[in-house]
Amino acid sequence: MTKEIVQLDRVIIRFAGDSGDGMQLTGDRFTSSTAAFGNDLSTLPDFPAEIRAPAGTVLGVSSFQLHFADHQITTPGDAPNVLVAMNPAAMKVNLKDLPRGADLIVDSDEFTKRNLTRVGYEVNPLDDGSLNSYKVHAIQLTSLTVEALKGMDVSKKEAERAKNMFALGLLSWLYHRPTDGTVTFLKEKFGRKPEILKANLAAFEAGWSYGETTEDFSVQYEVAPAEMKTGTYRNISGNIALSYGLIAAGQQAQLPLYLGSYPITPASDILHELSKHKRFGVRTFQAEDEIAGVSAAIGASYGGAIGLTTTSGPGVALKSEAIGLAVALELPLVVVNVQRGGPSTGLPTKTEQSDLLQAMFGRNGEAPVPIIAPNSPADCFDAAIEAVRIALKYRTPVFLLSDGSLANGSEPWKIPPVADLPDLRVEFATKLNHVAADGTEEYWPYLRDPETLARPWAIPGTPGLEHRIGGIEKADGPGHISYDSDNHDRMVRLRQAKIDGIAKDIPPLAVDDPDGDARILVLGWGSTYGPTGAAVQRMRRTGAKIAHAHLRYLNPFPANTGEVLKRYDKVVLPEMNLGQLSMLLRAKFLVDIIGFNQVRGLPFKATEIVEFLEDVMKNG
Amino acid sequence: MAESVLDFPSLKLVPKTDAPQSAKDFKTDQEVRWCPGCGDYAILAAVQSFLPELGLARENIVFVSGIGCSSRFPYYMNTYGMHSIHGRAPAIATGLATSRQDLSVWVVTGDGDALSIGGNHLIHALRRNVNLKILLFNNRIYGLTKGQYSPTSELGKITKSTPLGSLDYPFNPVSLALGAEATFVARTIDSDRKHLTQVLRAAAEHEGTALVEIYQNCNIFNDGAWDPLKDSERRDDFTIRLEHGKPIVFGANGGKGVARMPNGTVQVVDVASVGLNNLLVHDAHADDPGVAFALSRLSDPVRLNNTAIGVFREVRRASYDTLMSEQIDSEIAKKGAGDLAALLAGNDTWAID
Ligand code: SF4
Repeated sequence: MTKEIVQLDRVIIRFAGDSGDGMQLTGDRFTSSTAAFGNDLSTLPDFPAEIRAPAGTVLGVSSFQLHFADHQITTPGDAPNVLVAMNPAAMKVNLKDLPRGADLIVDSDEFTKRNLTRVGYEVNPLDDGSLNSYKVHAIQLTSLTVEALKGMDVSKKEAERAKNMFALGLLSWLYHRPTDGTVTFLKEKFGRKPEILKANLAAFEAGWSYGETTEDFSVQYEVAPAEMKTGTYRNISGNIALSYGLIAAGQQAQLPLYLGSYPITPASDILHELSKHKRFGVRTFQAEDEIAGVSAAIGASYGGAIGLTTTSGPGVALKSEAIGLAVALELPLVVVNVQRGGPSTGLPTKTEQSDLLQAMFGRNGEAPVPIIAPNSPADCFDAAIEAVRIALKYRTPVFLLSDGSLANGSEPWKIPPVADLPDLRVEFATKLNHVAADGTEEYWPYLRDPETLARPWAIPGTPGLEHRIGGIEKADGPGHISYDSDNHDRMVRLRQAKIDGIAKDIPPLAVDDPDGDARILVLGWGSTYGPTGAAVQRMRRTGAKIAHAHLRYLNPFPANTGEVLKRYDKVVLPEMNLGQLSMLLRAKFLVDIIGFNQVRGLPFKATEIVEFLEDVMKNG
Repeated sequence: MAESVLDFPSLKLVPKTDAPQSAKDFKTDQEVRWCPGCGDYAILAAVQSFLPELGLARENIVFVSGIGCSSRFPYYMNTYGMHSIHGRAPAIATGLATSRQDLSVWVVTGDGDALSIGGNHLIHALRRNVNLKILLFNNRIYGLTKGQYSPTSELGKITKSTPLGSLDYPFNPVSLALGAEATFVARTIDSDRKHLTQVLRAAAEHEGTALVEIYQNCNIFNDGAWDPLKDSERRDDFTIRLEHGKPIVFGANGGKGVARMPNGTVQVVDVASVGLNNLLVHDAHADDPGVAFALSRLSDPVRLNNTAIGVFREVRRASYDTLMSEQIDSEIAKKGAGDLAALLAGNDTWAID
């Protein structure tokens, strides 16, 4: 049967099901095909903290949202055009985000009395007219899958588990996605279990042909490839991009990477990824606790490696004392915080930006640490390289503040040629650097470079430069223990000046203001880049004049930050916290900031920012 | 001492020097700031005069410490050194030792540093068998914070923080280390230079983590804590000197010994009545740490009688750093060194022309 083909410029799909239903895998596969097809895209996985919450309950619902388009996009999208719900719980949890007229595809086999009662439906919503404002496609996904696999050498349970592939096949048909990638993927994944492979392939194909033959779907959609800059692309998630950035930085610095880490959501994938790349000389050490993770990294840095530690907010809290030690030792160290909802255990699988002040101030004493925040999943690559660059050049710990949505979200990434990556090489000290009053030559571990104020890095094994460092205040220059008050005052200021001086070594804050006459500036940091940028674009289409800037460096701020902020009548700052960057900017530049603050565990929707901006423009 | 059975594996990759070394070469120009009479002086002197025996390039030796009186140690050693934060020295040293096999890495710690705030790092370093030599100065008190009881203080100890006596039962560091899968565990005494040096030498040669508990006198806050093991009247009677391969005999005239009981425990016996042939022969290389554990617990934590010193356990197990390097080397041998361009591209790309 021939079907009408409708062209769309963009689509948002959300796959939702039980955490055992394989929704993340389904979403990933659809994403890969979409990337291969050439659409621009952005994804947002959302899963429960529990590994296997009770099946069929709202607690156990896992979802994956994908936004793809024939043009550049920056967010995983606000409201889905299509919701695939594998059971009543998944429908119930996600229905509130579904706009009228959207497609709702459900597995009607799962809408049993028992499953419905479990999530509080007294009558079946498929029957009572409550879903009338959606285009409901109630499909017996489970039984159709089992039917398609009849005669195969798989158990009923295994057959039922292939229903996510049926759904994927159906959606692939509906949106004209290429299928080769998924076929290859399944062959690799189930290569050793031929029966399971056959079943999954059959389910996938059955889903596709169901779309072709059923009258339930009268149209098929097409989203044309997006115009993208020429180059080679791949799809990449934030945690993988960040891991690759670290590996690339090690190569470009020609120094070994040493990761000391303790598993914690949502940062563990960086530990997993780096553990795979021993061929790059990467050493990964799964420590007994967060403190040991960072401590081992500091030990490795002392020995001339690039010491790294990866964690989330609760882990940073434990590492604080050791980070302070690294400030005093003035050794390179990169601390990756993939932020999640806090305080305490908070919301481990949800995103937030509420550790900025922790990174800024969460240590005893005056202990400044540079902070860098990536603005998109792919940008985690560049931000990681930049964090290593600053750590090595200034011999300082550096915070890299990612977050849950960047870590697990993905987007197409234009793969940079290795030749274009920056040279991060630094020199170890090998010679005596000071002449004492009596004429003897000696090594001063705290004799600073006048330009960067960084101290020399002499690693064990270097003859003649034996020296001792530690957490006790050191004499400016020789580095011996010093309790002298003038010396302490000087050392505190020197350490601060070293970090402040990095402002000269980073790009100025760039402002996007096409006409140059906007009176209102929207400022963001970290993962708000996507929704903020999308909101600004939308506002401009309606004639609003709005300038947009995004801070990648949170400490020190780019040198022109104060000047930029003062140029505008109003500065609006959306943050996934209660106003942490606002507080820093107000304190430092004495400007007012209009904060737009949400801590809902989810990224901002562009619409929410648009509404807020409209309100600010109207009501001041 | 004869050639080590282990053939110096822990120092295999550490560069040697031909230049003659003396204790003086290991002294720094920093004024030593321990209280006069502190046991730490004797340990420092012993370490400085023993190190030249190893003939290692001085720049390849690193001392890492935590916080406490003993942790000032690195400042007085003319090697590389780090005075770090409370309890974390084993973790910091783990990062250093596992990334640099050409270094001889030493940790200097105390009973509070190693067993209270840093207990977790200590036990994990021991089970991993990282190439570290941990010198645990045990004075059964907190010195630097001016006299609170420590995790090795005897029950009921009256200190500033326990005016009515401490309530917590002490650790026996040797028992703890044996329980933590340590491959080398020894105990020695600050004032017995010869024994201390012997133990340090054995530790230095050991492949993996060596824990050396050193009974150290804090003459300010816990003076005389180990006196029964030190004064000439009592020490022979109180101290059991373990020597690998020899029957365990001690006491003023060698009249006492240690024997294995039918129920598996060990006990102090009268040699004359049991017979020399029936004494326990010390086997530091035994796979099973059971007997070593029993020996570590012969002493009474308060009276200190029957305190065994020497090397309790010395067994061979590949060090963590060796295994870590081997994994990297074998991956590179199998698949070649990493190719960054290939990594970044992955196997699922598309081109826009
Ligand atoms: S307080 Fe005790 S342990 Fe500390 S230096 Fe003085 S005597 Fe030695």
